[in-house]
Amino acid sequence: MALNRDDKSPLFSPGVAGTLRLIVYLALACVLMVLDHRGGWLANVRYGLSIIVEPVYRIAGLPSQGFQAATVAFADRQRLTEANQRLREDLLLANAKLNRMASVAEQNQRLKELLDTQHSLSLNVQLARLIGVDLGAFRHRITLNVGARDQVKVGQVVIDARGVMGQIIEVMPTTSVAMLITDPNHAIPVTIERTGLRTVAYGSRGGDMLTLPNIPVSADVQAGDKLVTSGLGGRFPTGFPVGTIRDVGQTASGTFLSANAVPAADLDRSEDVLLLHDLAEAAGPPELAPNAGPPADMAPDPNAPPSTPAPNPTLPKVTAPTASGAPARASSSANGGTP
Amino acid sequence: MNKIRVRQLWFAATLLLSLVLMLVPLPGPLTPYKPYWPALVLLYWCLQSGDRVTLGLAFCLGVGADLFDGMLLGEQALRLTAMVFIALRFRSRLRFFPMWQQTLAVLGFLLNDRVLLLLVRVLGGDPLPPAEFWISPFVGAALWPFLFLILDDLRARLRIHEA
Repeated sequence: MALNRDDKSPLFSPGVAGTLRLIVYLALACVLMVLDHRGGWLANVRYGLSIIVEPVYRIAGLPSQGFQAATVAFADRQRLTEANQRLREDLLLANAKLNRMASVAEQNQRLKELLDTQHSLSLNVQLARLIGVDLGAFRHRITLNVGARDQVKVGQVVIDARGVMGQIIEVMPTTSVAMLITDPNHAIPVTIERTGLRTVAYGSRGGDMLTLPNIPVSADVQAGDKLVTSGLGGRFPTGFPVGTIRDVGQTASGTFLSANAVPAADLDRSEDVLLLHDLAEAAGPPELAPNAGPPADMAPDPNAPPSTPAPNPTLPKVTAPTASGAPARASSSANGGTP
Repeated sequence: MNKIRVRQLWFAATLLLSLVLMLVPLPGPLTPYKPYWPALVLLYWCLQSGDRVTLGLAFCLGVGADLFDGMLLGEQALRLTAMVFIALRFRSRLRFFPMWQQTLAVLGFLLNDRVLLLLVRVLGGDPLPPAEFWISPFVGAALWPFLFLILDDLRARLRIHEA
């Protein structure tokens, strides 16, 4: 036993130098944390170091991959046949639905062209697989095997066959990390499909549910109502299923109703996910309509002597309201300035 | 000469393995039961050869873990540094504890670590975690005797005792 290191590890008297070093390291850690929390540049450091991190992710993902391979290898024939049968039926049903939808979609497309909008019902997606890596308990994040080299960008929406799963929050060269919609730090704008009520679904503390904490008391919300993305906020496109309401109750303060919802996506079972490529429309008001009025050089010159508009002074005032908003305002202010 | 090298390799390998173990997921419902591997392995080395484990090493391991974890750089560095500091201070006493007392001490370390983690997260603006948050230290403490004996046995088999 190496007990006789008297000067190095004294039995009872603490050393001052050790405490000082502890303080220095703790301060360093705190500075790192604050910098990482506030600024974004440490993400770049992480991106640079991903050359080390990513292989480790792949290695750490091997056990779960092996486990899955083993499940498939040792699954009995009957279960596989059953699964196959079920998938066939699903596919048949889906195809039948699609065929019925096709004509409606075409009609929709035509009508939308008439309305001159940019929406389309077609999906521009990219397939990704999960890597089985645990990024800490109570952190609802998943790692995907696509990254910046596959043109993945932060903010892309992750969906599976049943609904929205989450969004990409960090991209490395060949992997990316997505935050699930059940993360307590996540919020997604939703619409209740039956009534059209708009609200926001947050991740829950427990982590497997969604909570909708601020529904107006008078709103019509029932268990079983479906939630779809509302497209507000400019991150999630419209119309993807998010979840189903399980129960509704009063909040403690009584000012709002609060509901719990079960996410529609298979958050803990999906192996293959889809990344949406086209993001929702940008947030904010639509762009100004193009100037439809007469060209600017035809507008009366504000600096012109007051005698020139004399021949027919009422004409601009009559025509102005028929033109679109911006020129009307411009011409009226110009007229107001002249007298 | 060669022995020292093997010893260092073994030391580094266990630490790296603990980082990988931290990333390997457990099947769904077992997830909250996962022990904090880097802390356990680091504690073992603290008790076994305290002059090799320094605060700087704990800090570096923590930063490495944070890089893999990808959450908040410095979080685990803070936790591991604090833990190693306490462990090194009480090392001489901890080594002579019987196994059950040592296990209790490890439980204390791990609980303290969780409190630190909770502080960091709450200050960072996260909501309070659910009750399962507190299971992991107990699992870690329950695994401690086995981990200690296995690592000790392996060390003896590799004949890489302290000089």
